[in-house]
Amino acid sequence: MEDSKVGEERPKWNNKTEYLLTCIGFAVGVGNVWRFPYLCQIYGGGAFLIPYLIALVFQGLPLLYLELAIGQRLRMGSIGVWNSISPYLGGVGVASMVVSFCVSLFYNTIVAWVLWYLFNSFQEPLPWSQCPLNHNNTGYVEECVESTPVNYFWYRQTLNITPNMETSGSLQWWMVVSLATAWSIVYICFIRGIETIGKAVYITATFPYLVLTIFLVRALTLPGAYEGLIYLFTPDWEILKNPQVWLDAATQIFFSLSVAFGGLISFSSYNSQKNNCERDAVLVGVINSATSIYASIPIFAILGFKAHTNYVTCLNGNILALTNEFDISDMNITVENYEQWFDSLNGTHPSRVSDLNLKTCDLQTFLDQSASGTGLAFIVFTEAVISMPGSQVWAVLFFIMLFSLGLSSMFGNLEGILTPLHDLKLVPKWMPNELFTAIICLLSFLMALIFCLGSGNYWLEIFNSHVGSVPLLIIAFFEIIAVAHIYGIGRFSDDLEFMTGHRPNIFWKVCWLVISPLMLFVVLVAYVVAQAQTHHTYAAWNPDYVNFPDTEVLPYPDWVFAICVLLSSVPVISIPLVAIYRLVCCMSGRHSEDRLHNDPNPYANEVQSQKHVPVPIA
Amino acid sequence: MLVRILVLLYLAGAPALAQTLCQPNASNGYRVRISIKTALGNQAYEWNENEMFLFRATMAFAMRRCYKTETYNVDNIIVCNQTLRVSFWFVVTSPENSTMLIPKADVEKAVSMSRHRINNAFLLTDRTLEFLGIHPTLAEPVNPDTPPWLIVFGVVIGAVFAGIIALLVSSLLQKRRKEKGMMEDGQDEEDMQVKGVENGNVLDGIYNRGFTDDDRFTKL
Repeated sequence: MEDSKVGEERPKWNNKTEYLLTCIGFAVGVGNVWRFPYLCQIYGGGAFLIPYLIALVFQGLPLLYLELAIGQRLRMGSIGVWNSISPYLGGVGVASMVVSFCVSLFYNTIVAWVLWYLFNSFQEPLPWSQCPLNHNNTGYVEECVESTPVNYFWYRQTLNITPNMETSGSLQWWMVVSLATAWSIVYICFIRGIETIGKAVYITATFPYLVLTIFLVRALTLPGAYEGLIYLFTPDWEILKNPQVWLDAATQIFFSLSVAFGGLISFSSYNSQKNNCERDAVLVGVINSATSIYASIPIFAILGFKAHTNYVTCLNGNILALTNEFDISDMNITVENYEQWFDSLNGTHPSRVSDLNLKTCDLQTFLDQSASGTGLAFIVFTEAVISMPGSQVWAVLFFIMLFSLGLSSMFGNLEGILTPLHDLKLVPKWMPNELFTAIICLLSFLMALIFCLGSGNYWLEIFNSHVGSVPLLIIAFFEIIAVAHIYGIGRFSDDLEFMTGHRPNIFWKVCWLVISPLMLFVVLVAYVVAQAQTHHTYAAWNPDYVNFPDTEVLPYPDWVFAICVLLSSVPVISIPLVAIYRLVCCMSGRHSEDRLHNDPNPYANEVQSQKHVPVPIA
Repeated sequence: MLVRILVLLYLAGAPALAQTLCQPNASNGYRVRISIKTALGNQAYEWNENEMFLFRATMAFAMRRCYKTETYNVDNIIVCNQTLRVSFWFVVTSPENSTMLIPKADVEKAVSMSRHRINNAFLLTDRTLEFLGIHPTLAEPVNPDTPPWLIVFGVVIGAVFAGIIALLVSSLLQKRRKEKGMMEDGQDEEDMQVKGVENGNVLDGIYNRGFTDDDRFTKL
């Protein structure tokens, strides 16, 4: 009651379910569907679960618990929270905000792509199932014939991609339109802050599970599904000796849980302080990993179906060639007896058979053609969907699912920008929240127009691999050091006792003090080293390339490389900058020493007031 | 007598002559390849003499349809080299002169023109009834006036904008109502507080023993 007259009350969640669904929705994103199954496949199936779960328990859960706890205790966005813990580390909050902003730019572009595919799924036949005719209707478009209709639709009709990064191309109006739709939908969900988000997540966080279940049931009845699943889950224990596997498991868990964005801190700051955040953290972490594993089952069943279809098509091509060459009765050679026929024909007429240039059809080769990321969703999966009866329905369901996953993650990203700005009181008093949110959305939309150019996909890859990786690791490392060593485990345990009713047990303490920072540091160093060693190249789609339809591997131009370095370093440059600034302030103004040491005192929040009451050192 | 011998020779020689006209890789002939089982599966019919007759009749029809001045007959279509596949070669002779073959280009024109009718006669498609060397006409793509995706986009964006405007307007109305309500509430609160004080005094009053009815205990 005391602060209701002080100013606006901090908004709060309608009920616990909305809060949990929002956090789960933020953590569960498109990466759970298109990155984890791929990693599982290339790293020896079931064996990958071991480093993955170890990373979850020793690195993911402690970080998650930490962020939810400090947000709930200090009741502020990321900037306010880190300012409270230590003024020298205020830069961590700024870094979180900058990273959230950059990530939301390209993440919503991916959502726009999903929307574009969704809009195009309401057609018969699906536009990516056949090649369009060329100008004079004499044949199909050459680029499409040389690659595949699916590839053509993605690279030409969606992205209209340029052959290299130097050529920027022009703005693709249909992409701009999809992007505008994506940002409008994000805006309408954000219009009243967590009040509207809380309603939206009832759908966006639960719908993907429904679709995954439908796909699971459908996929398991498709031919070839069984082979796909065996291929996915057959453990290859030897792979555990490869350090790259452990690194990828740790980074996957880290990026999957969406920590260090500041969004989770903001969400938990709207909770009441007496909330069991330990249980929340464990719940969110476990559900996130369970979703990844659950999603990989239908994905791989469908990929197995696709491999099977490709295999049968390949065999049928060979069968037709043999039938035509040797004038064998139609349908005498089938997929089942192909081997016998081939052997007998090759025995009697080897020269004629070899002249046919028959393709070698191996199911394993087709199963090995895996993809992750946008390649999985927009090329591999769309191709699989064409072969399923009732393709439109499956395409629509799949893209609505991806859209929900992306949208709920966008909530967290945008929250990581808006809440710190509110808490910093950077919003003028006269401006209503709706207008401020609209301005931020409009600004992000205008900046994201870069990704609607012809070379947009190349820029998106750069953003994805440089902004969404190393800066987050650095931020998380500073977060855990700040809380465990600067704020003090003792004080933090007191806070947790106040909030949850019991002190954290020895597992959490050991993780926060030693294991998680160590793991993060090792992962950070290993990741930077691995990045530095990979040749800075990108795969370009160039129809004039000699080996088209293979992608042409080009090196980054120097100015692009400079931009990459900038993208990795500018978000985190605020950490040392703010520390130096405060040091300088501290040294120059001795009289404000008290303020620096004691203000903001986190314990001032005990009475749930927003004001920081300076307490002199006793 | 001589006439009889000539007639006999002609009757014997005509098929032989026809055979020499139709040869595999003939310059004016086309090879046809039929895949009935692929097209029809369980409902496949057997390829026999009657089907071959239908083919020759259909080809004659196609030639008549294309070249309206000349009346082609079944005899003008000569077939040879049938295999189990089912594939065979055919040539077309001119109705006036049975030794003269119709050039390849003209046959191609006739086939292309009536391709759809020929396919349908056999319940087959361009892929399963192949004329080797004659490319199938590509299907006209269905080009709707408005691309379908624009329609879906229009619906979605319309709903979103309607929602945004509705929410903004309701927020605005709510704020206005709150401001108006706060002005009235302020007065109500003061009144209530005053009343509360009055009532409170009475309610919070200490029980005054002086007013109890305890006469019965002191009545001795």
